[in-house]
Amino acid sequence: MAKRTVYMDHAATTPVDPRVVEAMLPYFTEGYGNASSVYRLGQEARKAIDEARADVAQTLNCTPREIIFTGCGSESDNLAIRGIAFWNRDKGTHIITSSIEHHAVSHTCEQLEKHFGFQVTYLPVDKYGRVDPTDVEKAITEKTTLITIMYANNEVGTIEPIAEIGEIARAHKIPFHTDAIQAGGALDLDVEALNLDLLSLSAHKFYGPKGVGVLYLRRGVRLLPPQTGGAHELNRRAGTENVAGIVGLATALKLAQGHREENNRKLIALRDRLIEGVLSSMLDTQLTGHPKERLPNSASFTINYVEGEGLLLGLDMMGTAASSGSACTSASLEPSHVLLAMGIPPEVAHGSLRLTLGHENSDEDVDYLLEVLPGIVERLRSMSPLYTTAS
Amino acid sequence: MYSEKVMNHFMNPHNVGVIEDPDGVGKEGNPICGDLMEIFIKVKDDRIVDIKFRTFGCGAAIATSSMATEMVKGKTIEEAMEITNKAVAEALDGLPPIKMHCSNLAADAIHAAIEDYLEKKRAKQPA
Ligand SMILES: Cc1ncc(COP(=O)(O)O)c(C=O)c1O
Ligand code: FES
Repeated sequence: MAKRTVYMDHAATTPVDPRVVEAMLPYFTEGYGNASSVYRLGQEARKAIDEARADVAQTLNCTPREIIFTGCGSESDNLAIRGIAFWNRDKGTHIITSSIEHHAVSHTCEQLEKHFGFQVTYLPVDKYGRVDPTDVEKAITEKTTLITIMYANNEVGTIEPIAEIGEIARAHKIPFHTDAIQAGGALDLDVEALNLDLLSLSAHKFYGPKGVGVLYLRRGVRLLPPQTGGAHELNRRAGTENVAGIVGLATALKLAQGHREENNRKLIALRDRLIEGVLSSMLDTQLTGHPKERLPNSASFTINYVEGEGLLLGLDMMGTAASSGSACTSASLEPSHVLLAMGIPPEVAHGSLRLTLGHENSDEDVDYLLEVLPGIVERLRSMSPLYTTAS
Repeated sequence: MYSEKVMNHFMNPHNVGVIEDPDGVGKEGNPICGDLMEIFIKVKDDRIVDIKFRTFGCGAAIATSSMATEMVKGKTIEEAMEITNKAVAEALDGLPPIKMHCSNLAADAIHAAIEDYLEKKRAKQPA
């Protein structure tokens, strides 16, 4: 079989759409002005940012003033959590989050807990990785000043019941933030329908450039900006605007959200064939995450008796890029906190494999993956002391 | 992240398998990430004449198993006892710092297999 280059790690990052690159290019060379300058060059940059802001606001069903451009998704999460937590410090110091958040959220909460005297409730999830909205309600105290629960999980693709949680938060008048970084381009981002006060996005997850993000902040919700300096972004995020990046983000979001339905139909068909194929071609293999309520592009598994890094190296030798939450692939040498929170034992979490599809993937890519993966697994299993003990 | 040698040993590991009637068996678990290794040895005139391994672990763990077993094959028990994780890592043109602990597994399992062999030998000898 001919070796093939297959990228199936779109949850990590995506290639930039050529139309996005084209929209960005003028702002590196001719349109390089600082948007704060009074002369024409500066005002042209200002105009580009204003237009980008209006486009993003339209997609999110909010006003342009409610859009803050940031330097990445992690920064959006930090701005939301630190900003709300510190602004409301006199009111209370309790934060509610889930046990499956991205580190951009969980490590931020942990730091507030360890170094700034906040109390954080990490809500459990069911075996599919879903938060129960009634758990959110039960965790609320008089001291709660922020609820932050992700829209869709980056490791297992599970979609959280955000609108319901938002309703509860609103009834208790507590600001509600969602990390929608994996949902960008895939799910509905209407902040009214979802009952959101804050929402984070990152351009590089939806065919935009790396290093630019968005935080939606509802009018009337106040925060204390962690990054101070100039009056950029209405005093909420200091720093000369990344004009090209902002234009790129807005262009990418418009393209992705505009073609969401048709893109999702294609991705879901590929994803379901991939899931079906992986589960039927190998024994002792499980789907992780919710079987239905999952991102259109996300297929994640545990493959027993093997270790994830070996899988990734084996796939890489065959030209295929994928990802894993195994202990050996993580910098901390601990298995993914997401898989553990879902009740998956550490030794099973070891064999986790995440395949996330994108626009460039075809049926042939899925066929190729299904052709090479069983051989890689079989080879690793034949070397594994766990395999024979089990069989 | 890995050297070419590590990748070669990972893709084509030497001495994979079990020995049905071994003279010594060593099993080690990696307390850091939870991985497992088994080493089987066959000894003749105090020399390791055959050695096999099975490993559940990362690419570095598999490559070091392959390299370590290769290094002690044909060696005397005494020589084999001297193998260190550092020597194995060096023979593989180095490992990323975070993967150094993986190489302990192979050296430790070999030492354990030899000790098992010596233990059994002592038990067989009349008191
Ligand atoms: C759910 C989630 N949150 C936050 C981030 C961080 O975004 P960024 O890489 O733009 O900082 C990512 C991606 O890495 C993510 O998947
Ligand atoms: S065996 Fe787990 S990191 Fe090497």
